Amino acid sequence: MMKVLVPVKRVIDYNVKVRVKADGSGVDLANVKMSMNPFDEIAIEQAIRLKEAGQADEVIAVSIGVKQNQETLRTALAMGADRAILVVATDDVHTDIEPLAVAKILKAVIDEEQPGIVLAGKQAIDNDMNATGQMLAALTGWSQATFASELSIDGDSAIVTREVDGGLQSIKVSMPTIVTVDLRLNEPRYASLPNIMKAKKKPMDEKTTADYGVDTTPRLNIEATSEPETRAAGIKVASVDELVEKLKEAGAV
Amino acid sequence: MNVLLLAEVNGGALSVDSTAKALTAAKRIGDVTILCVGNGCSDAANAAAKLDGVSKVLCAQDEAYGHDMAEPVSDLIVSLSSSYSHILAPSTSASKNILPRVAALLDVMIISEVTAVIDADTFERPIYAGNAIQTLKSVDTIKVATIRTSTFDASGEGGSASVERIDAVANPGLSEWIEDRVAASDRPELTSAGVVVSGGRGVGSEDDFKIIEALADKLGAAVGASRAAVDSGYAPNDWQVGQTGKVVAPDLYVAVGISGAIQHLAGMKDSKIIVAINKDEEAPIFQVADFGLVADLFDAVPQLTEKLG
Ligand SMILES: Cc1cc2nc3c(=O)[nH]c(=O)nc-3n(C[C@H](O)[C@H](O)[C@H](O)COP(=O)(O)OP(=O)(O)OC[C@H]3O[C@@H](n4cnc5c(N)ncnc54)[C@H](O)[C@@H]3O)c2cc1C
Repeated sequence: MMKVLVPVKRVIDYNVKVRVKADGSGVDLANVKMSMNPFDEIAIEQAIRLKEAGQADEVIAVSIGVKQNQETLRTALAMGADRAILVVATDDVHTDIEPLAVAKILKAVIDEEQPGIVLAGKQAIDNDMNATGQMLAALTGWSQATFASELSIDGDSAIVTREVDGGLQSIKVSMPTIVTVDLRLNEPRYASLPNIMKAKKKPMDEKTTADYGVDTTPRLNIEATSEPETRAAGIKVASVDELVEKLKEAGAV
Repeated sequence: MNVLLLAEVNGGALSVDSTAKALTAAKRIGDVTILCVGNGCSDAANAAAKLDGVSKVLCAQDEAYGHDMAEPVSDLIVSLSSSYSHILAPSTSASKNILPRVAALLDVMIISEVTAVIDADTFERPIYAGNAIQTLKSVDTIKVATIRTSTFDASGEGGSASVERIDAVANPGLSEWIEDRVAASDRPELTSAGVVVSGGRGVGSEDDFKIIEALADKLGAAVGASRAAVDSGYAPNDWQVGQTGKVVAPDLYVAVGISGAIQHLAGMKDSKIIVAINKDEEAPIFQVADFGLVADLFDAVPQLTEKLG
């Protein structure tokens, strides 16, 4: 039996309108709704399903960031993860720990926990980097299967269907492995009220980056954060005929 | 500055459009060497050598390189890295799989989805589904980045770079390709098409997506979809446009039965002309549309297809 490790990130809720701060120093994250990165919910769900199917015996959720990531980890525990590890890396909610540093911390957690598989979201919806899983695979020297929409584990290998630009690709990877999950892998469950109560009693270890000896100094210095260009307002047309006319005038058809 | 540009190669052929667009970004930085990998890559390498402004093309041919498997291709790139200040690739599902692995092996950060090159160390990229643009200055010794192709014009042809065969490196043997399930299509490729017609949940079924496809075929367009349409099984995954799907910027984008969630807008709001057809006049898609038509798509789209004839 194996442990499953799932890194989860606390991000701005996907429904919240993002506001760039007027001084160009970043995005305003004070007093906005924060949630678990949606892809990480899919990863947690898959980990719980592996446990339910008897293919894993423990699901460990890890979050790296601010102390408030406790809430994100409680959500993971309420969904069904068994225990959690919080690695406090900053006390400023506006500091985004870069994927390389996150991967280094996760590598250190892997060295301690020896999981058989890591399930990670393919992308965090805040920095949109799409990198942590691949970087962790590099640092561990493990195989990687990104953008997974199907996963089946059979002994010392796993078969993964990946969503790629041309359609779907199936690959076989040796275990242990790092899988990054895509939208179609599953539909995450909601935590029930009794499970939310139970989650409060599940173990959560609190660590710091110093415990793992990882330097989180950024490699990419943020020089500025700006608003994207906005589109000029368009018009409503009254009929298909008018639409065709406008498109012809604009030289679009 | 010496740039190594990983070409996009599919089934032994160069994906000219995406490679030529990333080349434009690469040339702003320095001298460009293109790397083609594949199980048979001479055709791709010869095509890459004709792109304008390429100094040299490297061609690494091996069975292990046939399907963009991250582990062997990353090891190959790392073995070449000491001669380069930058390692770039067009942002595709292949490079998004490979380059972050390369970056971590080199102990540097990946810079994903670059939309502007300010100088050799400084880049712009979108964050939060394109709701903010970040300017980043890298302090790493080697810069590893993927280039968002929709924001760069393609370099032309007319070059005649030399092609050099290079040896494969040992395959770590961690992964094996099994199969690709790719639907053959006569339509243009989504990310390079001049016109895209996309359908959303409003289309209602896989069968009714034929209405969208008929309009697309009339316009010589590629077909796209919202996440909701893909999740519901109306359209295949590779049609998804958006924050976590494909990013497109055609001359004309027609959004049909799509509400216009920020995650969808992230993939199409840089299109030149946007048309929205939606029966809900309050739908947010109308805020980005140049021409909005409040109508039932089942009436409007067949009519439009007919009238464009
Ligand atoms: C992590 C994450 C990533 C995501 N990534 C993406 C992504 O990459 N791409 C993406 O598209 N979405 C993405 N989404 C989903 C996004 O938030 C929206 O849910 C999705 O875009 C909605 O799709 P839709 O507009 O087709 O459906 P809906 O929002 O349900 O809209 C359907 C529209 O059709 C209209 N309609 C219905 N019937 C008719 C009719 N007969 N005639 C005319 N109009 C009609 C309705 O008025 C409505 O506006 C993501 C979400 C998350 C959480």
